[in-house]
Amino acid sequence: MGAQKKRAAAAAAAARVSEDPDDLARQPLQAILLADSFTTKFRPITLERPKVLLPLVNVPMINYTLAWLEAAGVAEVFVFCCAHSKQVIDYLENSEWFSQPNFTVKTIESHNIISAGDALRLIYEQNVIHGDFVLISGDTVSNMSLTQALQEHKERKKKDNNAVMTMIIKKSKPSPITRQSRLGTDELFMAIDPNTKQLLYYEDKADHSKGTICLDKMLLAENPSISLHNDKQDCYIDICSPEVLSLFTDNFDYQHLRRHFVKGLLLDDIMGYKIFTHEIHSSYAARIDNYRSYDIVSKDIIQRWTYPYVPDVKFCGNRATKLERRGICFTAFNSEIEQSRSAQVGSFTVIGYGTKIGSNSKISDSVIGEGCTIGSNVLIEGSYIWDNVIIEDGCELRHVIVCDGVIMKAGAVLKPGVVLSFKVVIGERFVVPAYSKVSLLQQPTVHDSDEELEYADNSSGTVEFSSIQGTADQSNGEMTSESSEAHKPKLGTGGVGYIWSICEGGQEEEWRHSVAPIPEDKLTELSEAMDDDQELVTQDRTALSTSGELISDSNASEGDDNEDSKDDSVYFEKEVEATFLRAVEENVKVDHVILEVNSLRLSYNMTSADCAGAVFYSMMKLAIKTPHSSAIGLLTLYPSPFSMVASNAYPIYLSGELQQNTANIITTWQKLLKSYLLEIDEEIEIILKFEEMCLESAKEFSPLFARILHILYDKDILQEDAILRWADEKEGADESDKVFVRQSEKFIQWLREASEEED
Amino acid sequence: MNTDDSSWWPMGDGVLCNAASQTYPSCNTFTHALSFFNKIEGSQATARQTAELLRSVISQQRVPYTNQAGALIDAVKAIGEQLIAANPVELAVGNIVRRVLHIIREEDLSLTTAAIGGLNLSAVSDDENDDDRDGDSTLSAAAVAAAARSTLRPPSLQTLLEDTPVSAAVPQTSSSGGDSEGKSKFSFTAADKSSRSRKLKHDVIEAVNELIQDIVTCHEQIAEQAVEHIHQNEVILTLGSSRTVLEFLFAAKEKKRSFRVFVAEGAPRYQGHLLAKELVARGLQTTLITDSAVFAMISRVNMVIVGAHAVMANGGVIAPVGMNLVALAAQKHAVPFVVLAGSHKLCPLYPHNPEVLLNELRSPSELLDFGEFSDCMDFGSGSGSPLLHVVNPAFDYVPPKLVSLFITDAGGHNPSYMYRLIADYYSADDLVVQRRATAGN
Repeated sequence: MGAQKKRAAAAAAAARVSEDPDDLARQPLQAILLADSFTTKFRPITLERPKVLLPLVNVPMINYTLAWLEAAGVAEVFVFCCAHSKQVIDYLENSEWFSQPNFTVKTIESHNIISAGDALRLIYEQNVIHGDFVLISGDTVSNMSLTQALQEHKERKKKDNNAVMTMIIKKSKPSPITRQSRLGTDELFMAIDPNTKQLLYYEDKADHSKGTICLDKMLLAENPSISLHNDKQDCYIDICSPEVLSLFTDNFDYQHLRRHFVKGLLLDDIMGYKIFTHEIHSSYAARIDNYRSYDIVSKDIIQRWTYPYVPDVKFCGNRATKLERRGICFTAFNSEIEQSRSAQVGSFTVIGYGTKIGSNSKISDSVIGEGCTIGSNVLIEGSYIWDNVIIEDGCELRHVIVCDGVIMKAGAVLKPGVVLSFKVVIGERFVVPAYSKVSLLQQPTVHDSDEELEYADNSSGTVEFSSIQGTADQSNGEMTSESSEAHKPKLGTGGVGYIWSICEGGQEEEWRHSVAPIPEDKLTELSEAMDDDQELVTQDRTALSTSGELISDSNASEGDDNEDSKDDSVYFEKEVEATFLRAVEENVKVDHVILEVNSLRLSYNMTSADCAGAVFYSMMKLAIKTPHSSAIGLLTLYPSPFSMVASNAYPIYLSGELQQNTANIITTWQKLLKSYLLEIDEEIEIILKFEEMCLESAKEFSPLFARILHILYDKDILQEDAILRWADEKEGADESDKVFVRQSEKFIQWLREASEEED
Repeated sequence: MNTDDSSWWPMGDGVLCNAASQTYPSCNTFTHALSFFNKIEGSQATARQTAELLRSVISQQRVPYTNQAGALIDAVKAIGEQLIAANPVELAVGNIVRRVLHIIREEDLSLTTAAIGGLNLSAVSDDENDDDRDGDSTLSAAAVAAAARSTLRPPSLQTLLEDTPVSAAVPQTSSSGGDSEGKSKFSFTAADKSSRSRKLKHDVIEAVNELIQDIVTCHEQIAEQAVEHIHQNEVILTLGSSRTVLEFLFAAKEKKRSFRVFVAEGAPRYQGHLLAKELVARGLQTTLITDSAVFAMISRVNMVIVGAHAVMANGGVIAPVGMNLVALAAQKHAVPFVVLAGSHKLCPLYPHNPEVLLNELRSPSELLDFGEFSDCMDFGSGSGSPLLHVVNPAFDYVPPKLVSLFITDAGGHNPSYMYRLIADYYSADDLVVQRRATAGN
């Protein structure tokens, strides 16, 4: 390979010498294709085969990218191979890509590269790129025409030497739900100058729960107009000037193309490099980033959005298939499949060459590879089955990926989201739980480093290693007992393979990135999170509309009014809580929080007593929030050890820690609280609020009432007057209302005595 | 390079390529040529390219001493299979492959009869082939067989309808056969194999050249007939865009006919817009209408003139989508529905076979914008399959009973005569090329 590299470099150098500077415009277009995504999202499959060679509708992914590059007029492609480079190079050498007349494919191999940035630096050193080039990764499917984008890029470059990159973007529906369910990626925010199409801001890790993004005010000051988009999809196709490579070399800390390079350029004022965007409308472009986008892009291909790169049009390496009409929709068939008469093959299904399907089997929305044997009474739904898979009678597969050579014994069931890596055997009647990944290779752990060595030959090297250990760290930190269990082969009788344990943090991600559709509850969760802001508006509206209706009850209108104001205060509380939580998360200064809460107070027309109550409520909520969320595996704000509180099983055992936690929070945020405690009324309001909480929303505090009251007193948040007046007020109340006064009787007593002594 | 509209050459079909390159060493150069071949759009250009490719196949093919025709046929078939498989939707490819095969057979036959004629030292008249065969048939067994073959073939439609057998392929091949016969009579009385084989190849290439010439000039030949069909102050309706139709209308205009044209835009590709532009540029009174307005306008139309993607052996037409609608509307109002098609579009297959009646399903993005509808294509929620399916077929099938007249470069024909025309151009032995190609994969 080394020799080949040199040859490529030599050829390029020769080409360079012979070139006139004037000739640059007519220079053949080059492309860099990164045949490694430098991520681990396709594990465990990618331990054995590089991602770019994974079949996408029965054709290795890289073929889609190469076919598109060839069609787009690219003359020379440098394929950068890192993980499993030998497999990639072998594949390319045996394919027709090396023998194309006007399209040369050259491979660049390196093993110790851990990021796209390193790869580009290496390519720069080789000095093979001498003109504009297309930067793309080997998992991108597109059918767009580059001509216009390239033209625009060149014209801009002529006018402004700093316009180094044109990024291809595509419109996509703006809701986070769609983004999640379509490509499994986070929401992306872009600020684009609507006139020049210059990219001004790029944020792909925007945390939606915050509901805000931060723009530098200079952006607004410097640009006459900005359009901020959250409905654009990044296609990960870039047209770059040669400067981009040298930029990578100059900034050796650039690793990730988007997170470091793009953001770095956007922030860098000194050099003034500019990135522009080109939006495509009718053509298709998408990158396969995770299992979900694998699923989505496969379906887009079957639905022919990627035409002419569709199963029944030959473009590379795919055998002739024909479309058959099934009802109104179409199914791509290979001409030589054996299908039982009673088998039902539904619409939008692709079935590969030489596959046999038994009687009464049902297949829908799936892709089945070559040489598979499917028994009778098998149910396959929305699944991706690669080559030479044997599925015996009565199996059920829903929304799964099954790699080459897998054997499923009779009656085995794969729940949604399962991934079976190469040559796994699933035992008879074994049910593989949802979202699990099964591989012949053990899940790497920190404990048994021997196992790692076993497959070290296959694996790419450092990248994968470090990340393996990273995930293993996470998983084993908390689940040592379980993971050791998981490493025993337990795939039913005759099963071969290991179920990889799902790491704690990963569980949340599993449903996001798997091939299975998002479960209902997660969807509603997502949409609720999204609708939070809208909710306020819509609920207000419904409240208004009900009050506007004529209701026979005489009290109706009055009650509604009350409800309205009550609603208002509820929303106010919610808003304050959200503000506060965000402040905690981001370490916002107390002064700023006070400002924000004040503005909320003004907009909701609340008294400062309300503010105090709301802030206190949020603080208390924060103190107990952790148990609620950790019980269902959400991200924890505080690594709290009392995760069992919610179950009420060990309240006493854990109450000390809760108290400690509360004390901490109160100490941290006392300044905020104090700013609203102008008079004694506000302080009483806080006590009442606390009482209410203990009775209703946060019963965990009820045993701690007196102690927390004491803490508040200690921190000078509550004055003794307030507490005494509260106690006096409660004097005449019902017995049921006096629970907490009783509880804190001792404390009140002590306060009274103290004040008397003073007198 | 606009590749959105093109289909692709099978670079991946290793088995076929290898087999072919073993047998035919020059195959690689063809595959290179073919990668361009598949980026062409339009039946005429494709047909021409196919014919030129096959011509070079024939010229590079080494012919053995025995059975030269068989070797040529095998070579053409092998390449033809690949060509057809590469682009099964474009029926013109298969048509040209079959016509070249037919040419080889014809040339071989005429040479054989000439040789037999030479061997038997019979007085051979410088007349038509048919007479020649008739004269020979009593003399030898081989000649009897040849005569039997020739009588199995129905007489040319041209000879039935007209007395002047001068235009189409059969008269041409037979006339060139006549030439060769004339020469061969003098050059060898015994069968001089090598020169004869060179002769065969030479003749075939000559005939293929004529075929290419025919394809190139088919627009003009069709357009020549325009004045006979378009009359003064008529209203013509057409759908989509077809170069044949454009030339046809323009030829009528050139001959000082004044008429109006209604152009249905031809959704979703809206090629009618382009046609309207071209017509206006050439000074024709043009009205652009939507496809859905065709029925409303058809009562004012005197004649519908459209192009076709392919014409099947039964007289049915494969045409751009929406054509059946126009044909039905025309039938309802008894408006003549005229289809213009170059002879390379005549397909010897019948449309009962779904493999033949291939429809091309194009990208849904021609119908709607992906970004706007991406929430409807949401596979990640619900059952995993979206509720919206977008189907964008490229072609319609118009049954023969809706077609009033075909105008080809060989004249105007009724749909029910198409099979006779096809019998002139194709030999029955070659119809299976397609089937072998699909089964042979």
